[in-house]
Amino acid sequence: MDLRKLGLGAAALAAGLAALPALAQNEQFIPLLSYRTGAYAPNGIPYANGVADYYNMINERDGGINGVRIVFEECEFGYATDRGVECYDRLKGKGPTGAAFVNPLSTGVTFALTDKAPVDKIPIITMGYGRSESADGSVFPWNFPLLGTYWSAADMAVQHVASKSGGRAGLKGKKIFLVYHDSPYGKEPIALLENYAKLDGFQFTALPVAHPGTEQKSTWLQIRQQRPDWVLLWGWGIMNSTSIKEAAAVNYPRDKMIGVWWSGAEPDVVPAEAGAKGYNSLTLQHGAGTYPVHGDIVKHVYDKGKGAGKKEDIGQVLYNRGVMNAMLGVEAIRKAQSRYGNKSLTGEQVRWGLENLSIDNTRIAAMGMDGFMQPLRISCADHEGVRRARVHQWNGKAWEFVSSWYEADMSRIGPMYKEAATKYAAEKRIAARDCSKES
Amino acid sequence: MLYREAGQFKTNYQSDQQVFPITQDRWSVLAIVVAAFTLVPYFASDYLIISILNPFLILAIAAIGLNFLVGYCGQISLGSGAFMAIGAYAAYNFATRVPGLNLLIIFILAGGTSALVGILFGIPSLRIKGFYLAVATLAAQFLFEWMFLRVKWFTNYSPSGSVVAPPLEIFGLSITTPGAKYYLVLSIAVVVALIAKNLTRGHIGRSWMAIRDMDIAAEIIGIRPLQAKLSAFAVSSFFIGIAGALWAFVFLGSWEPLAFDINRSFQLLFMIIIGGLGSILGCFLGAAFIMILPIFLNQAPALFGIRLSTETVSHLEFIIFGVLIVFFLIAEPHGLARLWSIGKEKLRIWPFPH
Repeated sequence: MDLRKLGLGAAALAAGLAALPALAQNEQFIPLLSYRTGAYAPNGIPYANGVADYYNMINERDGGINGVRIVFEECEFGYATDRGVECYDRLKGKGPTGAAFVNPLSTGVTFALTDKAPVDKIPIITMGYGRSESADGSVFPWNFPLLGTYWSAADMAVQHVASKSGGRAGLKGKKIFLVYHDSPYGKEPIALLENYAKLDGFQFTALPVAHPGTEQKSTWLQIRQQRPDWVLLWGWGIMNSTSIKEAAAVNYPRDKMIGVWWSGAEPDVVPAEAGAKGYNSLTLQHGAGTYPVHGDIVKHVYDKGKGAGKKEDIGQVLYNRGVMNAMLGVEAIRKAQSRYGNKSLTGEQVRWGLENLSIDNTRIAAMGMDGFMQPLRISCADHEGVRRARVHQWNGKAWEFVSSWYEADMSRIGPMYKEAATKYAAEKRIAARDCSKES
Repeated sequence: MLYREAGQFKTNYQSDQQVFPITQDRWSVLAIVVAAFTLVPYFASDYLIISILNPFLILAIAAIGLNFLVGYCGQISLGSGAFMAIGAYAAYNFATRVPGLNLLIIFILAGGTSALVGILFGIPSLRIKGFYLAVATLAAQFLFEWMFLRVKWFTNYSPSGSVVAPPLEIFGLSITTPGAKYYLVLSIAVVVALIAKNLTRGHIGRSWMAIRDMDIAAEIIGIRPLQAKLSAFAVSSFFIGIAGALWAFVFLGSWEPLAFDINRSFQLLFMIIIGGLGSILGCFLGAAFIMILPIFLNQAPALFGIRLSTETVSHLEFIIFGVLIVFFLIAEPHGLARLWSIGKEKLRIWPFPH
């Protein structure tokens, strides 16, 4: 690089810095950790597009959240934990008040940030992923596994199996296998499924698949030999489509496979072509499809040429998940503004907004999300808010719902949350909050 | 001009055998260390300390450890990720199972555990050499990755297989702020570098280098290959183990075996190859090159006001980083440390090159 270019760059940088303070008063900064490269990119891209489009839509349509514009910056980390933590540290202090919250979209990064959150005072929203026991807000004040944890997901997957086997009693003697991504993400449901195997009397076997998930021949050979009644899939990225292809290759019936909500999107089934027909997965409330909110995104973002992705990809499962995730963050900021005023808020203030977040049916309809999501209510003791899911099936061209709503059974999961959270509190020597005294 | 030895007479053995025989070197290294201790914590942002300096120093410690084995003793190892993992999990288990243990003792015990395993995996080096040995050390990498994933005792039966470091505390001082963590890592890095420099100048380091240069000749002049090779494995694994414990406790805070996978081994090996085999300075330069440069490249476009999509930026990062590796290896196959010493030579005779 020659000196002239360096000088120009420095001048541009100085100009950029000089322009900042003028705008800074009414801005809310939100970091966006994403992965658009690597083995997990097929799933990371639509999600990141959904998040970016929703923030842009709020800015374009409403001029921000009650007049406070959203400023966000994307940081690519390729699903690598250390780079994800670096991205978080890079972005956490930006904007007038620092990051409002962070969505890591990686269970590994979530685990690492769980330690940092109380120090940095930035809440972590892990919608449908992360550490299961962090649903217990008394021990994990900064973690919000909204809409369901992996334990809720595993519980509902077992409920679906039960409903197909003639009730809970029908589970007895069934063989259920779990094919999982060999990382904290994939291992999360094992503890719960082992517990349920004892309670319901089914045989449970967990089969690991090493990162990145392209080597699954031996796993599916085992499945072919042992013929389990059901296979649960806990994969991410190219592992999902590989699993479905391998299932087709060993002729394991795809309609006996249930993926978690991270294993049930278009990038997972489309590469397997006809082999994916009949494959089931849980949904994190929403499925594919467009709702009035998508109309606003097209009108205010794509028609102005500011879209993050392609117009025809709007309404894909993971795109919708990005929209949902962005919406929950925005609503939390809105809630926090009702207490702290319509200005840039700190992470600590947004945390209050998250903990007191409540979205009812009128609000859902007002946001143009009728039928897209279920009402939820967060409290100090319950950071999940709602734990309901349906199962949808790939018919070769599109996803269609094939079950009614399931709700995770708190009488079974609750004690497990408590036990795991207590163990964490003891290991980290932290005292749990008393939720009855929280306002 | 400034860098000239004229007039620096060595009148006794002690002054001739100093770590830095040239006065300018001595003072500049001292100035850098003092600045690192006093100025950096006051001027550096939290981001710079947490995400750049701390991981850089920890990886430099690991690179020093690996350099003993590969650079000084000539035994190629692809298992350094595993030895970092052993250090990390040993530290975790000592910390959770033996309450009230001092953090520094935990780190030393972690290094010790790693050293014991290192000796075990060093035994094949007595019979096999070169690429064949590299494959044997690869076994350590896969074995320990598998063990920490599968044997639940090591992770204290954590349901997800991910473990959390306990709160850091030394002599009643709790280490939570970025500054405190930086001081801890920096102090250990300085001590390790000092030990390393002296170890390689002494009889142990000389016996390693003799083995590296020609093992039969070394044996003939009375160096025992068994002791020399196994001590190289032990010392190397000890420092890599400490680096692993620091990486887990201070940098990550919570980790899974994937943090120490085969890519980590390659990363460390590339650090010492690019930095310079058989050079302590090279370990720091190599760690900076491999760890800091990609992060800098990732942020450079935004820094110069160029708006690019994150995808393009990270692809550019890979391309430029790869090109730079090739460039430096062509320009100086002996690494960045060698470039630096050539520069020094030139400065010493400036302005009258001969």
